[in-house]
Amino acid sequence: MGITISVEVNGTTYEREVEPRTLLVHFLREELRLTGTNVGCETSLCGACTVHLDGLAVKSCTQLAVQADGAKITTIEGLADNGSLHPMQQAFWDEHGLQCGYCTPGMIMAATKLVEDNPDASEDDIRHGLKGNLCRCTGYQNIVKAVASAAKAGGAR
Amino acid sequence: MSVLGSSIKRREDPALITGKGKYTDDFSAPGMLHAVMVRSPFGHARVKAIDIAAAAGAPGVAAVYTAANITASGTPGVIPTAWLLPNLKTPAHTLLATDRVRYVGHPVAVLLAESRAAATDAAALVKVDYEPLPAVVDPKAAVAEGAPLLYDEAPGNIAFDWELGDKAATDAAFSGAAKTATLTFRNNRTLPHAIEPRAALAAWDSENGKLTLTMTSQNPHVHRLLMTIASLGLPEHKIRVIAPEVGGGFGSKIHHYADEAIAAWCSIQIKRPVKWTATRTESNLTDAHGRDHWSTAGIAIDGDGKIVGLRIETHAAMGAYLSTFAPAVPTYLYGTLFSGQYDIPAIHVHVIGTFTNTAPVDALRGAGRPEATFAVERMMDAGAAAAGLDPAEFRRRNFIQPDAFPYQTQVALAYDSGNYPQALDKALKLADYDGLRARQAERRADPKGGKLLGIGLSSYIEACGIAPSAVVGSLGAQAGLWESAKVRVHPSGSVTVYSGSCAHGQGHETTFSQIVSDRLGIDMDQIDIVQGDTEEVQFGMGTYGSRSAAVGGSAIVKSLDKIIAKGKKIAAHLLEASVDDIEFENGEFKVKGSPGQAKAWGEVVLNAYLAHNLPEDLEPGLEETSFYDPANFTYPFGTHVAIVEIDPETGEIEILRYVAVDDCGNQINPMIVEGQIHGGIAHGLGQALWEEARYDESGQLTSGTLLDYALPRAHHLVTYELEHTVTPCPHNPLGVKGIGEAGAIASPAAVANAVCDALKPFGVDHVDMPFTPEKIWRTLQGRGS
Repeated sequence: MGITISVEVNGTTYEREVEPRTLLVHFLREELRLTGTNVGCETSLCGACTVHLDGLAVKSCTQLAVQADGAKITTIEGLADNGSLHPMQQAFWDEHGLQCGYCTPGMIMAATKLVEDNPDASEDDIRHGLKGNLCRCTGYQNIVKAVASAAKAGGAR
Repeated sequence: MSVLGSSIKRREDPALITGKGKYTDDFSAPGMLHAVMVRSPFGHARVKAIDIAAAAGAPGVAAVYTAANITASGTPGVIPTAWLLPNLKTPAHTLLATDRVRYVGHPVAVLLAESRAAATDAAALVKVDYEPLPAVVDPKAAVAEGAPLLYDEAPGNIAFDWELGDKAATDAAFSGAAKTATLTFRNNRTLPHAIEPRAALAAWDSENGKLTLTMTSQNPHVHRLLMTIASLGLPEHKIRVIAPEVGGGFGSKIHHYADEAIAAWCSIQIKRPVKWTATRTESNLTDAHGRDHWSTAGIAIDGDGKIVGLRIETHAAMGAYLSTFAPAVPTYLYGTLFSGQYDIPAIHVHVIGTFTNTAPVDALRGAGRPEATFAVERMMDAGAAAAGLDPAEFRRRNFIQPDAFPYQTQVALAYDSGNYPQALDKALKLADYDGLRARQAERRADPKGGKLLGIGLSSYIEACGIAPSAVVGSLGAQAGLWESAKVRVHPSGSVTVYSGSCAHGQGHETTFSQIVSDRLGIDMDQIDIVQGDTEEVQFGMGTYGSRSAAVGGSAIVKSLDKIIAKGKKIAAHLLEASVDDIEFENGEFKVKGSPGQAKAWGEVVLNAYLAHNLPEDLEPGLEETSFYDPANFTYPFGTHVAIVEIDPETGEIEILRYVAVDDCGNQINPMIVEGQIHGGIAHGLGQALWEEARYDESGQLTSGTLLDYALPRAHHLVTYELEHTVTPCPHNPLGVKGIGEAGAIASPAAVANAVCDALKPFGVDHVDMPFTPEKIWRTLQGRGS
């Protein structure tokens, strides 16, 4: 039996009936067709599904959609501002912070929150701040470089 | 500055950083059903009965199929092996298991339901009556007397027994050697763990008898061909395979697996689109794993510290069945690398490939070459110790010299170019090797002890761009290993390239556009690269083995050369000059030595299409296709230096620095080259320090999730210090060699040598990867320095 929830995602309010067991990530991907948020594991350990929920970076595979009732969510699709890239997106592009791109949306969402919380993050802070997000392609070096450069450019916006 | 060799930002990225990149699971189709597999929970068991009744009647379930349904459909239903060795045992491998399951994850039934949740619920209702059988999971234990047998037709579980080199000459070298050293070591099994799990969306069009299969593929044409000849039996032109964005592969998405073929068969059977997406656990259970060797190796040296012989015997796990290119990995991609960077007069390699109750083993980043490099470079350190020489000096004494190329090794390969001392020297200088050794000596002399400093070298060679086709065919490949490229020049002068390569993170759209822009003198925004769709692109071999720039890029150059040659004919005709006098430069066809006598690119192209005034016998249009078959492998090389510190109290290892000097020939885009090296190094550090796909005796994968399989994270790793040397490849038009796997080939040996170097004062000559703190701590117990 469905439960009706109301969530604001990327500035639009959606009212939908969901199965109580539906994970937030599946709600975003399958119900709202916001497929930028990816799924890479099932143990909350890869971070590919990271979104912003009421001002926090959360792994959307570890929340039920019903728990997000009334919440304000930003996904990777909502990060750019009227077509102008968020400084973190720009920095990932400039510094070659991605290869296959699969972990990238989650990585960028985690990184924006990291820099917002700690605008002067050191390399060590960045590496530790991103330990919840896995990348198999880049060896992290250019991701760390991108986050540092976005921080310098006022990456929180 | 030339566009070739520039660190141009990737054209792929704007879609990927905004969430607009579409991976397989992002696609849906109207009326789509979701497939969920029922998989064996046992490593080895007899399937006595399957009861699908309860599942078939569950809410939302559209169908439940077992092997019997596939057989009854008349479909070939087979997963083939595409590399055949002499006397290779190739037991039949069907899409769904029939009477026996041979690894945990082996699919026995498939459910189709209206939602993935409904399919998952109902899968639990399929009752399979298993009779568990004893299992064997270790490649060496598999050949032991009395080991459980996977296949009656493979006595001793032996899939193949393969040799390369001269055994008699090698044995003689050992008998006459001044010194020898022997080591026994393991190359740990690892998971590929691309962050995107495998997936497929199959859509059958009954009216046209045509299947569209969107899937996680590094080589859509190869997948289509294997679907045709072995799995589905549909003609090739009735299958369209599309690889959209692919979220990492590292080899694991080369192979032809049952799941994607099952999804395709289901769609044909039920006449509705069917999507299958692996969970992380499913991917870890069924993606082809990497490595998994036991080896004993020996090195023989003369009185001057010169190697006179090298030999190795390896037991390599193949897993429960022979995956697509599996037999090639521990043989031709492994044994042929045993000369490393060294002039070794006698080499013998003996490999026994064994069936085990595990996931199959096939190509994974480096594919045989990391295993070979690990063995050779560990033996170089063992040889140095036996000779009483510093590891750097021992390598230097044994290098193939820069003036010795082309160099014929004793293990089949003919190296075309290289400058090994230069890369070593550069790496040692960058690392401050002498300073490090001095610091190490000080620490070792300090009675207070403290952390143990270890310095490890890895001077690797990589054979990539595997070729030419006639040679690999003679070695058992059931495929040619060329690459294709079609260059279509549009009437207004812009260009679309159709490449048989298929990127999954490598940045082909950028680098291939750079090649075209450089050759034709047109802007990058006038060029599009199309790949990954069998309907749009001519047959191509795909992306693996660090081959895309060297083979795929060269195919593009070949087509561009034909385009330019035709353009010259048109320009000569328009300029009333001899074609031999026309040169093409900066987007202009010019008459040599006659300034002002020129035709712009756009004018020549337009004339090709207008065809109002073409030379006699010249066809209209401007479009060329090439199939480039390289003359040889390419041979990237380099030296990596790992500097580690071990806390003897806890066994914990810290990577202090990681230095890499790589030579991949000319670089098309240095930014992308460095990114590939970073990723490769991290992959190899993962294998060395943390990663291990471990099976228990019954065949359970006990490290099948991220809770127990340690993939490297950002805070585990350091900033790699990179430099390059450039020795262009002499036999391809770009002078490029390949760089996708170099890091993963070099780094496990560098770390292993560093760890063993740190432990040397304790009398430790070898420890097996992964170097977990527990393993190091246990090794140190009871040993004083």
